Amino acid sequence: MNEKIKIGWFSFSCCEDNTIVMTEIMNDHWQEWKKIFDFRHARVLKSDNILDELDIAFVEGAIASDEHAKKLKEIREKSKKLVAVGACAVVGMPAGQRNYFNEQQKQEIQFLIARFSALPKVLKVSEVVTVDAEIPGCPMEPNVFLDAVNKLVSEIKQICTQ
Amino acid sequence: MHTVDLKFDHLTKVEGAATLDIAIRDGRVESVHFKIEEYKRFFTKAMEGKPIAAIPQLLARICGTCSNAHILCSIEACEHALDIEPSLQTKILRQLTMYGLNIRDHALHLYLFAMPDIYGKDAFLDFDENDPEQHQLLHDAFEIKAAGNYLATIVAGRSVHAIYPTIGGFNHFPGKEEIDEAIKKLGNIRPAVLRLIDVFQKAPFHFDRKTNFMALVPKDVYGFIDGVIKTDDGEIIEEKDYRDHLERIVLPYSQASAYQHKRGSYMVGALARMNLAKDLLHARTKSSLRGALDIFSSTDIFMNNVAQAIEILHCLDHAVEILQSNTIIQEPIVKKAPRDAVGVGVVEAPRGTLYHQYHVRKDGVVTSGEVIVPTGQNQINIEEDIFVLVQNLLPDAAKEKIQLEVEKLIRAYDPCMSCAAHFLKVRWNEA
Repeated sequence: MNEKIKIGWFSFSCCEDNTIVMTEIMNDHWQEWKKIFDFRHARVLKSDNILDELDIAFVEGAIASDEHAKKLKEIREKSKKLVAVGACAVVGMPAGQRNYFNEQQKQEIQFLIARFSALPKVLKVSEVVTVDAEIPGCPMEPNVFLDAVNKLVSEIKQICTQ
Repeated sequence: MHTVDLKFDHLTKVEGAATLDIAIRDGRVESVHFKIEEYKRFFTKAMEGKPIAAIPQLLARICGTCSNAHILCSIEACEHALDIEPSLQTKILRQLTMYGLNIRDHALHLYLFAMPDIYGKDAFLDFDENDPEQHQLLHDAFEIKAAGNYLATIVAGRSVHAIYPTIGGFNHFPGKEEIDEAIKKLGNIRPAVLRLIDVFQKAPFHFDRKTNFMALVPKDVYGFIDGVIKTDDGEIIEEKDYRDHLERIVLPYSQASAYQHKRGSYMVGALARMNLAKDLLHARTKSSLRGALDIFSSTDIFMNNVAQAIEILHCLDHAVEILQSNTIIQEPIVKKAPRDAVGVGVVEAPRGTLYHQYHVRKDGVVTSGEVIVPTGQNQINIEEDIFVLVQNLLPDAAKEKIQLEVEKLIRAYDPCMSCAAHFLKVRWNEA
C-alpha cells in the first residue's frame, strides 16, 4: 500500500493531556509517522484541516454539548476506525465530574450549564458512537498507544488490500 | 471592508479550543471577542469537600499542557495551608521539574505552533527534510522536546500529570545513571537551542503596543517557583496578597474568566518574565546571548517567542549545573497535621503567573478554592491587541490576511484554553 494512512486527532472536553503525550511520542517516531501518516485533521498540528474520509480517528475528551455529539457522529461516519483515547473519552472522567455533584453543587453551576447550552450529563465517547478501540489512562501510556496504533495500521492495510 | 462581522472558528496550533468574533462598522473595529470554547469542567467546585492530599493530582487535570506547573502550584498552596517547609533537596527537584516542563513545552510552542508561520508552511511536519536548514530544525525540535521530556520523567515520573512530587517532598528519586544521561542529553541540545533563539530573533513579525507586565520574580536566580510578584512600574506584591491586586472580569461570551490589574489589562508569560528578570538568567546563558538579551525590555508581543527560546537555554544551563553539583539522596516526606488555614500557591507556569488558593479545615478537608491561570490574565490584553492590529490592517486587507495576522498574534501569546475555561466562583456571579 503506497497511500498514506489518513489520521484525524480530535479533542473534546478534557485537559488535552493525550495530545501532549502524542506530541512527546512523536519525538521518537516523527520520521516514521511523516512517511506513513497523512494528518488530515489535527488542529494542534496544522491549520488546513480536512474532515472528509479518515482511516483512523483518535478522539480524546468527553462529550459535553449537543454540538460535541453532532461533531463526534460526523467523525464516526467519515472514519474507518474510531479510537477513544484517555480517561475522559473512555470513562467520561474527570471531565464529567459534575455528573457526580450533589444537588446543591448542581444548582450552583446550573446557570453556567444553561448559558453555554451544555448537556445535562457529560458523556463518554461510547455513549454517543460505536468505538473500535479504547486506550485508557490519564494520560494514556505511550506503549499502549503505540501497540494500538500498530494493530490499527495493520488492520487498515488489510482492509485496503482486500 | 466597511461593515462586516468576521467569525474565525477553531483557531489552530494553539492549546485548546477558541474562536474569535470581530465586528467592523463603517471601517472601524467595533468589538473583538476572543472566545474560549472549552466546556467548563468545574474543578474549583469539585475540590470542595475533598481531602487536601487529593488536591494536587485532581487539579493537575485542569491542563495537560502545563499539568506539572499546576501540581507544583497546588503543592505550594497545600504546604502553606499545612505550615510545611520543604527540604532544600525538594526545592531543587521542583526547580528541575519546572525546567523539564519549560524545555518541552516552549519547544512544542515554538517549533510546532509558531515556526510554520515563519517558513510559510501549514504544519511543522511539512518542513522539507531535503532542505538542509529545515532538516536541521526538524531534528532540533524533537531532540529538544525529548531532552525536556527526559528531565521531567526522571525527576517527576512523567512530563504530563507527574507522579513523584507530593505535599512535603518527593516519593521517588532519580538515580545516578539517569542523572548522567540527563546531563548528556541537555548538553547535546545546546547548539540547537542557540539556533532556535536565532530563528525567532530574526523572524520578521512585530506588533508593538504599550501594555503592563507582571511576573513572579525570584530573589537570586531566574526561575518559576519562588519570589515576589513584580510589575513593570516597580510594584511589589507578596504572594499571599495577590488577590487584592487582581480584578476579575466576566466576559459573558467566553467560558473563561478574565482579569485586570488596577492599571488595566496586563500581560504575563515569558515576555513579562524576561522584561522583569533577565538580569537573573544563568551566567552561561547570559554570556552566550549578549545581542538577544538587549531586545528586552520589549513591548513587542512577538518577542515573547524569543523570550521563550532564551528560557529554554536558561533551563538547560541551570539544570545541568544543578545536576552536576548536587547528590540526590532518598529523603522522607515532611508531614504535618492539618489546621484551619488558607494556603496560597504562586508559580510561573510556562504561559505566566498561576495562582492557587485553598481554604482548609483542621480535619484536612478543603472547603473552597480558587485558581487563576495565565491565559485568563492575558485574555483582555489579547483582545486589545487584536483590536489595534485589525484596525491597522483596515480597510484594504482581505479576510484571509486578517485571519493569518490575527492567528500569528494569538499564537505569539501561546494561550492555553484548556487551562482558562475550567473555573467557577459562584459568589462573583451573584455579586
